[in-house]
Amino acid sequence: MPNLQLSSVDKFYGDVHAVKGVSLEVPEGEFIVLVGPSGCGKSTLLRSIAGLEEISGGDISLGGRSIVGLAPRDRNIAMVFQSYALYPYLSVYENIAFGLRARKFSESEIERQVGWASELLAIGDFLQRFPRELSGGQRQRVAIGRAIVREADLFLLDEPLSNLDAKLRDGMREEIKRLHRQLGKTFIYVTHDQIEAMTLAERIVLLRDGVVEQEGAPLELFERPRNRFVAGFLGSPSMNFIEVEQDGDGPGIRLPDGQIIDKFEFAPEFPDGGKLVWGVRPEHFSVASGSSADMEALIEVVQPTGSRTFGSFTLSGTHVVAELDARAQIAADQKASLSIDVERTTFFSAETGEAC
Amino acid sequence: MTRGAKGWRLAARLACALAVATLFLFPIYWLAAISIKTPEEIFAYPPVWIPSGFRLDGYVTLFRDGDAWAVWNSLVTAGISTVLAMVIGFIAAYSIVRYRTGGDHLAIWIISQRMIPPICVAFPIFLLFVSLRIVDTYTGLVMLYTAFNLPYVIWMMRGFIQEIPLELEQSALVDGLSRWAVLWKVVLPMSRAGFFATAVFTFIFAWNDFLFALILTRSDVITYPVQVTGYFGSQSTFWSKIGAMSMLGVLPMIFVVGTMQRFIVRGFSMGAVKG
Repeated sequence: MPNLQLSSVDKFYGDVHAVKGVSLEVPEGEFIVLVGPSGCGKSTLLRSIAGLEEISGGDISLGGRSIVGLAPRDRNIAMVFQSYALYPYLSVYENIAFGLRARKFSESEIERQVGWASELLAIGDFLQRFPRELSGGQRQRVAIGRAIVREADLFLLDEPLSNLDAKLRDGMREEIKRLHRQLGKTFIYVTHDQIEAMTLAERIVLLRDGVVEQEGAPLELFERPRNRFVAGFLGSPSMNFIEVEQDGDGPGIRLPDGQIIDKFEFAPEFPDGGKLVWGVRPEHFSVASGSSADMEALIEVVQPTGSRTFGSFTLSGTHVVAELDARAQIAADQKASLSIDVERTTFFSAETGEAC
Repeated sequence: MTRGAKGWRLAARLACALAVATLFLFPIYWLAAISIKTPEEIFAYPPVWIPSGFRLDGYVTLFRDGDAWAVWNSLVTAGISTVLAMVIGFIAAYSIVRYRTGGDHLAIWIISQRMIPPICVAFPIFLLFVSLRIVDTYTGLVMLYTAFNLPYVIWMMRGFIQEIPLELEQSALVDGLSRWAVLWKVVLPMSRAGFFATAVFTFIFAWNDFLFALILTRSDVITYPVQVTGYFGSQSTFWSKIGAMSMLGVLPMIFVVGTMQRFIVRGFSMGAVKG
């Protein structure tokens, strides 16, 4: 029996259709990430599951029982908010114990649970402090502690790392993933950060304008995006989209600047006399030597990051970024020979944006 | 800046503070002094700045004649009406902020009620109270002060509640609290400073009321401001009683404001005053 099931969930704000018939099954224990750009409906969906928003249509069930119309406190769900939502007038201990007290746990049970959570999250040393005396990372741990002490069926996390600096975010990502493994509970995590989505999720649900664009394992979405939007959203730097034409009757394609690439095992099917959009991820490029080169590019900007080097160039007006080996011998204003791992690239319809 | 210049600045500031404090405290001192002066000292010219003794005759008379009950009446009416106005106003303000009760303009309409000059409604209210048979009763005054203070409480609490992050309440809802529990366990503690500051002012408004207390009381629930005016006679003025009664009226205020000072300052600095 699925732990959580969303069936054709709709949400309207006046005339604005924020969530459009979203259906989703989340098996027990899964770590699922709802990701998408601002205004895509991911937070609305999460808040609807929590009971903080009433849905306009459809059904949400948890453990086989519909929870629509139930007050948030009757859903046995725990939630971590972006702003931590810690009570400034309560100590860390009391913040963590808040939900337990609300549910009338005994004092000994509260002590045991808070002790367990604080040990798990390494916040035992400042249980008597107040939130204002903690750093951002510590506050986030307390917020997570408050969620996990209750034996909730479902954990909802609404952009919990957005207020942390980049370095802290990396560390907390790992901790959240570890926590999920230890608890074995269902996690639903909302973020607009595709790196968080890729690194944390067992399954990504990518939303746009209230609609699920694609869902699946992170690498599945990354390697086999259903459309240009999915392909462009995941990956940093983004996938390059190059408009290409068929090269005569052969199996090759012609790039905008006239270069021809013809090493495809399976030639893409072009519409009659039409064009396709070729999706090439930056990491699909590599520096080539001699006859293995697929194309020549005049490198305009070189950005070394230490571990990798980004080289940018323009193909008849199309801006392209290649992610190359850190030791690649490339320089600005010089030509570079590049090869492309064509079998990993994707073609999209120039008209609909759907993957071919 | 040199050390000498700093010293002068400090001295100038202290002098200013002292001057302002004297300006505000002198009337209270003078009142206290009158209440313990002999009749000769009260009327002496040039004035007697420091009373020769500590005569409590004025106070003794007030308690012996039962006049001191006026202070009790003020405490009861101002106290109960403050509690009522705070409870009702707090809940109403929460409703306006979080449920948008009454749309965008209800709050403005409510505060506009406060701007009506009380004298305009004094006569209709008197007639209403007569027909309801609540003239000269605690119930009447408490109802009136509650109604008159509610707009102020709602307006102030609305400002304080607006500043509370919504996520705190939502987190509490998910954690297991009902809406009512959220109100008392999250919203109230979060707006505590503003709540107490508002309560102090509400109490002071009711405490200081003279107009309605004069019109709506006869003998049973006369409040202290009305009682004080009773000592201004056409033949003679009982300065000793006026001094003593006024001191009895001022002391509870000094106590309330003194104990709540920290909330009043924080309440103001929390932003309700800014807008």
